[in-house]
Amino acid sequence: MFQIISKAVMAQGSVVQNEIMAPLVAANAKPGQFLILRVDETGERIPLTISDSDPKAGTVTIVYQVVGRTTSQLAALEPGGGIRDVVGPLGQPTDIRNVGTVVCVGGGSAAAVLRPIIRGFKAAGNKVVSIVGARSQDLVILEEQIKSASDELHICTSDGSYGRSGFVTDVLREILEKDEGEIKEVVAIGPIPMMKACCDVTAEFKVKTLVSLNALMVDGTGMCGCCRVMVGGQVRFACVDGPEFDGHLVDFDALSARLSAYRAHELESKEHHDACQCEDQGAKA
Amino acid sequence: MNARHEMPEQDPETRRDNFDEVPLGYDEKTAMAEAARCLQCKNPVCVAACPVSVPIPQFIGHIKDGDFNAAARAVLSRNSLPAVCGRVCPQETQCEGACVLARKNCAVAIGALERFVADRLASGEGSAAPGIAPATGKKVAVIGSGPGSLTVAGDLIRRGHGVTVFEAFHQPGGVLVYGIPEFRLPEKVVESDLKMLTDMGVDIKCNVVVGKTLTIDQLLGQQGFDAVYIGAGAGLPLFLDIEGENLNGVYSANEYLTRSNLMKARLFPENATPVLRGRNVCVFGGGNVAMDALRTAIRMGAESATCVYRRGREEMPARQEEIRHAEEEGVKFLFLQAPARFIGDEKGRLCAVQLQEMRLGQPDQSGRRRPEPVPGAVTTLDCDMAVIAVGSGPNPVVGSATADLKVDSRGYIIADEHGRTSKEKVWAGGDIVTGAATVILAAGAGRKASDSMHEYLTSG
Repeated sequence: MFQIISKAVMAQGSVVQNEIMAPLVAANAKPGQFLILRVDETGERIPLTISDSDPKAGTVTIVYQVVGRTTSQLAALEPGGGIRDVVGPLGQPTDIRNVGTVVCVGGGSAAAVLRPIIRGFKAAGNKVVSIVGARSQDLVILEEQIKSASDELHICTSDGSYGRSGFVTDVLREILEKDEGEIKEVVAIGPIPMMKACCDVTAEFKVKTLVSLNALMVDGTGMCGCCRVMVGGQVRFACVDGPEFDGHLVDFDALSARLSAYRAHELESKEHHDACQCEDQGAKA
Repeated sequence: MNARHEMPEQDPETRRDNFDEVPLGYDEKTAMAEAARCLQCKNPVCVAACPVSVPIPQFIGHIKDGDFNAAARAVLSRNSLPAVCGRVCPQETQCEGACVLARKNCAVAIGALERFVADRLASGEGSAAPGIAPATGKKVAVIGSGPGSLTVAGDLIRRGHGVTVFEAFHQPGGVLVYGIPEFRLPEKVVESDLKMLTDMGVDIKCNVVVGKTLTIDQLLGQQGFDAVYIGAGAGLPLFLDIEGENLNGVYSANEYLTRSNLMKARLFPENATPVLRGRNVCVFGGGNVAMDALRTAIRMGAESATCVYRRGREEMPARQEEIRHAEEEGVKFLFLQAPARFIGDEKGRLCAVQLQEMRLGQPDQSGRRRPEPVPGAVTTLDCDMAVIAVGSGPNPVVGSATADLKVDSRGYIIADEHGRTSKEKVWAGGDIVTGAATVILAAGAGRKASDSMHEYLTSG
């Protein structure tokens, strides 16, 4: 059992942050890596990017959007409760070097997984410009942490309720237009349409762009091939070759299609879980 | 000579709808009668043909005499996984293939007898706790918990060494639990063999990916292990590299079997892991894994399950028993056909496969005649699920994380006949060294390595 140390609810309850006691994962975790967890004995194994780690305390932090059965179960756990299985760190760490200026773009809850990457680039001596986007002000998460880790932070909301009105790509384009060759790399992490749009912009400016692919996985160690993605016309496994790849080479449409494989199952599973919860509560009442 | 006593089996019509084990095992009377058929050869060729040298005439002699505990002790002296091996070893090409009576086509049912002995222990009817040598104070780390690793763990714990097994998944057993289905190897059978090991003091730590969670250097350094055995298995699925392979509905055998076995997707939605329930299922490949995938698909409600193999029936690497079981359950076979491309619908789901007819040419390196395409002979077969079971390669995680561990051009770890690798204090064996093979060959490799490791641990 892996104990939950803390829980923070953000973005109107749609996003949850947990600190989990997992000393072996914390000891070796590097920016960009992920873990796989299984909530209970009947649970599914799901990958989540590590959002922070503290080797001294032995803890890792995950931040997730509550969407399906597993994330609902996770969100229902309180500090002191436990997760049945946690394994990691998995995948390749972000390729962090001193390149000059790096722009880090995060969409929605993915801003959380950008946090260790921003710190990593900063610690390596880069200037880091961060762009965080959300649908509205109350969905902006971890603003203070990202601000303090970055040299500059731009926030934008689609409804204009906070920061700039518009999309992260608008800000990204402006920054690249003003740039005089300082920006050597862009990291874009978020929903697929956002990453794809960012890559379209950076391709125009010929700036190398890393994206992190949230493919479906089972084992996370290269054993099953569930997470295969097309990168530069080649089959790559997101779990062992990634999760980060050169965004200009990724076939995002193929990834979207593969992510939809179990859409109907996901709904059925969530409904089954919700129905069981109702029965449990009925039994208690 | 009396006829061999065949094990009773679940009726094909019934078993198509359940995941219960197919062969039902011997009762005591049948076991003793079968044991009486053994000629007790002075020079037992069966033992020589067993990769872990189980003392076959001795254990069978004890069964004949009704001393089942003594039989169990004899088996366990050389095999830590008797319940597993009694079921999934290809006995017909090993012990039973060598049996003197095999010439008359009625070899002693050694596998069934081994299973009988192990099942009786597991049911709590007998006891055969093997002796453990005094503690040596040495600690060994075993990577992976499949048959090779568990053999090493059993051998070394009995010789007094401390043993910790590291498993990447949340449950130990490796291919025995993620790959081989319940109807061929029930989970509780694996658990009973595992329990014998943990009762002896083997410590099993799940959720540790060596190469990621801990490195081999950390195991030998800060973790204080004196030696390491790598039995990480052939965990890299091979794909066909043809058009449409990433369509939804196309699985590697590893993924399909892991979802349905280890993750129990057959119990969805009680169990949260989903798996597609194909109506018309094609499985590519002719080995035991292909048979496992086909028979799983039948049990998951497939209307048709077709084995598509690029060579002929005679060239199929699967065990005769598996092919027979699959056929009885309604699996269809298409020989001399290879997949050319997968065809999807507008939603990116598999709906058909194009097949290329093959013919057999000259023998290749494996000695089997190489299949060649027949020009223009292309057909299309409707299918909404496909499983690729054409083998696997070496998992790269451990090798790539260990700089001074030599691997060959294909990524297999290089080890000598004793399992010694290029890295000091590190041994390796099984599929990660030799490529995908059987449970018992992995166990045999583990046996050779454990002898060498013991010698190293006790010298100097």
